[in-house]
Amino acid sequence: MSTLLQIQGVSKAFGGVQAVNRVSLEVNRGDLISVIGPNGAGKTSLLNMISGFYHPDHGRLTLDGADITHAAPSRIAAHGVARTFQNIALFRGMTVLDNLMLGRHVHMKTGVLGAFAYWGLAQREEVAHRKRVEDIIDFLRIQDLRRRPTGSLAYGLQKRVELGRALALDPKVLLLDEPMGGCNHEEKEDMARFILDVNEEWGTTIILIEHDMGVVMDISDRVAVLDMGSKIADGTPDEVRANPQVIKAYLGETKGAPAERSRG
Amino acid sequence: MADTMTLPGYLVRNARQHAERPAIREKDRGIWQTYTWRQYHDHVRDIALGLAALGFTRGDKLSVIGDNRPRLYWSQVAAICLGGVSVPVYQDSIAKELAFVLDHAEVSVVVAEDQEQVDKILALKEQLPALKLVVYEEPRGMSQYRASDLRSLDEVEELGRRFAAEHPEYFAREIERGRMDEVALFAYTSGTTGSPKGAMLTHANMVETGQILARSEDVRLDDDWLAYLPMAWVGDSLYTLVMNLMVGFTVNCPESPETVQRDLRELGPTAVLAPPRIWENMLTSIQVRASDAPRLKRWAFERSRAAAERAEILRSEGKAVPLGLRLRLALGEFFVYGPVRDQLGLRRARWAYTGGAPLGPDTFRFFRSFGVNLKQVYGSTELTGLVSLQPDAEANPTTAGRPCPGIDVKIGERGEVLVKSAGVFKGYFKNDAATGEVIDRDGWFHTGDAGFLDPQGHLVIIDRAKDVGALADGTAFAPQFIENKLKFSPYIREAVAFGHERPFVTAMIAIDPNTVGSWAERRGVAYTSYSDLSQKPEIRGLIREEIHRGNETLPEAQKIRRFLLLTKDLDADDAEMTRTRKVRRRHVAEKYAPVIEAFYSGRDSVELTTAITYEDGRQGSLRSVVHIEDVEGVAVHG
Repeated sequence: MSTLLQIQGVSKAFGGVQAVNRVSLEVNRGDLISVIGPNGAGKTSLLNMISGFYHPDHGRLTLDGADITHAAPSRIAAHGVARTFQNIALFRGMTVLDNLMLGRHVHMKTGVLGAFAYWGLAQREEVAHRKRVEDIIDFLRIQDLRRRPTGSLAYGLQKRVELGRALALDPKVLLLDEPMGGCNHEEKEDMARFILDVNEEWGTTIILIEHDMGVVMDISDRVAVLDMGSKIADGTPDEVRANPQVIKAYLGETKGAPAERSRG
Repeated sequence: MADTMTLPGYLVRNARQHAERPAIREKDRGIWQTYTWRQYHDHVRDIALGLAALGFTRGDKLSVIGDNRPRLYWSQVAAICLGGVSVPVYQDSIAKELAFVLDHAEVSVVVAEDQEQVDKILALKEQLPALKLVVYEEPRGMSQYRASDLRSLDEVEELGRRFAAEHPEYFAREIERGRMDEVALFAYTSGTTGSPKGAMLTHANMVETGQILARSEDVRLDDDWLAYLPMAWVGDSLYTLVMNLMVGFTVNCPESPETVQRDLRELGPTAVLAPPRIWENMLTSIQVRASDAPRLKRWAFERSRAAAERAEILRSEGKAVPLGLRLRLALGEFFVYGPVRDQLGLRRARWAYTGGAPLGPDTFRFFRSFGVNLKQVYGSTELTGLVSLQPDAEANPTTAGRPCPGIDVKIGERGEVLVKSAGVFKGYFKNDAATGEVIDRDGWFHTGDAGFLDPQGHLVIIDRAKDVGALADGTAFAPQFIENKLKFSPYIREAVAFGHERPFVTAMIAIDPNTVGSWAERRGVAYTSYSDLSQKPEIRGLIREEIHRGNETLPEAQKIRRFLLLTKDLDADDAEMTRTRKVRRRHVAEKYAPVIEAFYSGRDSVELTTAITYEDGRQGSLRSVVHIEDVEGVAVHG
């Protein structure tokens, strides 16, 4: 398998806080990698650097051979990186359909003038994009929600729509920041299913931040562990589970497996 | 129509006579996709031959599990074409029920809608020795599954096309071999007691029942029908499979179970069949929306509703509707009734049926007064779903309709309804003892329902015969009769009445979380969950009022004296109801024995531990102290 995303010794400090400290990670095409670690370990900061929200102080990021270390978020999105946010970032007043259509805007070529003259090219483009969005709606089983404003949906469903919005970009790399945070048992199960299906059916590379250890260990190909900004482990779920440093980071000095957070 | 045509015979006829007419539609990616009769026929042929190539042969059983999808219907017809038996199962069955039916029916092929259903079946594989092949319709999520006994439906159809090249006459010959008295379908009864039983229905049962229905009701070639009821229910088999093949109208499959309401409205089917629960839900949603509407609209709605009700009562009494009222009805039709029917997707419906359980008279009258030709139908699985229905001019909320021509009905011992017709099933699969209990020597089927024939010749069903009991003082007690009175309240979703050999009547109530929830929100009553909501003093007060209202229509002895609100809804997963939502009375009485004790020992609260079964079979429990309420204005004695 070829490397899709290469993270080489990136660091990021906020004032005196070293949020991310020389972290390297290689992500292969088609991988489903989870990044775990205690609160404040630097997981979200790492994701923010990949998506271009922050730029690293040191180190290099390459995507498919292109250097994206200092690229703007919009350029990185155009490179095929999509993400979801820990605190849902959808247009609450807009319908599910419109949110998903917006997710496709990087692929839209018609300019403002062209769009005013709707018929012709712009219309054909709209139809093609709508088709893709309908595939996603079908995939996520939200056919009944097309015309609902996202703000009126239950939390778990909003998370699902957010995943849909990220998928609408047809990403090469999908960054998921706690997609199951705040979800109940059933919603978590559904979400895990969707993530696996995206990975397996569409071959999308996924980097996942998640607190639910049960889910992480279940679905990931690889798990990277951050603690205090540094990467302390990287391997298969079994390797990571047995890693003494990981156990220490999670439990202090006590011996035993990492604590499985409650799944309820 | 020739009397000797089997179901596949009709398929062949349709492919010839109606080749380019729409046979079945499916909403996919938000757009209705149409399949013509020619396409329907070709898909059925390909699936059948694919199955044949994989070893499916006469007498084998094929089961479908999933939502209403064209390809699942085709698979059923394909099995029947090969002389096999279709065994549709409820898609929301929990593992234990599913294992029982599939094992009992000796199913060798399961056609599952998607990965979720495939997973369920694969998990049960050990318990299903007869199972040889699992076929899935939707390939999504299946790419990692590798097994020789697991195939996609596309693969099966491809195999079928290849098989056809080698055996060009096979399909036609297998159809030729079909006999009218051959079993084509196992319809597993929901079973309010004990394990489900597989009613064996033959081609003759289904075709002749279809003919009776076609003679009794106006069914047309250009009809549109929405297939949204569970495929495992005999009513769906009779209409979506049998009637569709016989008449050739168009069946439409909704996009997903959640979109049924919207699809219904979009499609506007020309005929509708729905269990009481759906009519009740529709009425509830109208009532909620009306009460949330701005004042002017609410005023218009209430005035028109009152006018419609008055007119409906006059009409049902055979009296003339005065001119002034007729004028108001015309206005109402334009501003209220028409738009409401349109919202519900009933604008084009020439007739609508309710069946499966009694529907509250007020709900019934409401729809009729709003211009919906709602009528009652009565049937049972063992009778291929049809006994009696109401002609247009004789619709009324109390009877189950006039026995259809060709169907004989008489009242047996203890008021039990007995039926003899072409639809009487062949027997329960592998259960002759049970068959012998319900079909007597003269061929009468014992329905288990208590009822009588009224002077007009309509059948009236009172309750399940075994449920009809007596209060301690000897007055007859029919629990369902009382429960139906309660369930007309939009706030009450389910009710179970007790009283057999007791001094008075009591009831357990499950509130409707939607309506009660919005009622609570409007009054600023904060709540966290169903169980919390159900125990709020305000809600208990609300339901007491509703029971009080229901009591007014009940005879003195039948009035409900005490009640409590359950902390969870009654659920089929907890075996409290059947999949068709009939209360499993005996099981509920056992499960809630402490409640019944508390009702009659005069206590005002009871500790309730309820076990909950999740869909995947896991168990949980809910423990709470539940208040028992007395209904004011009714003295408790005893």
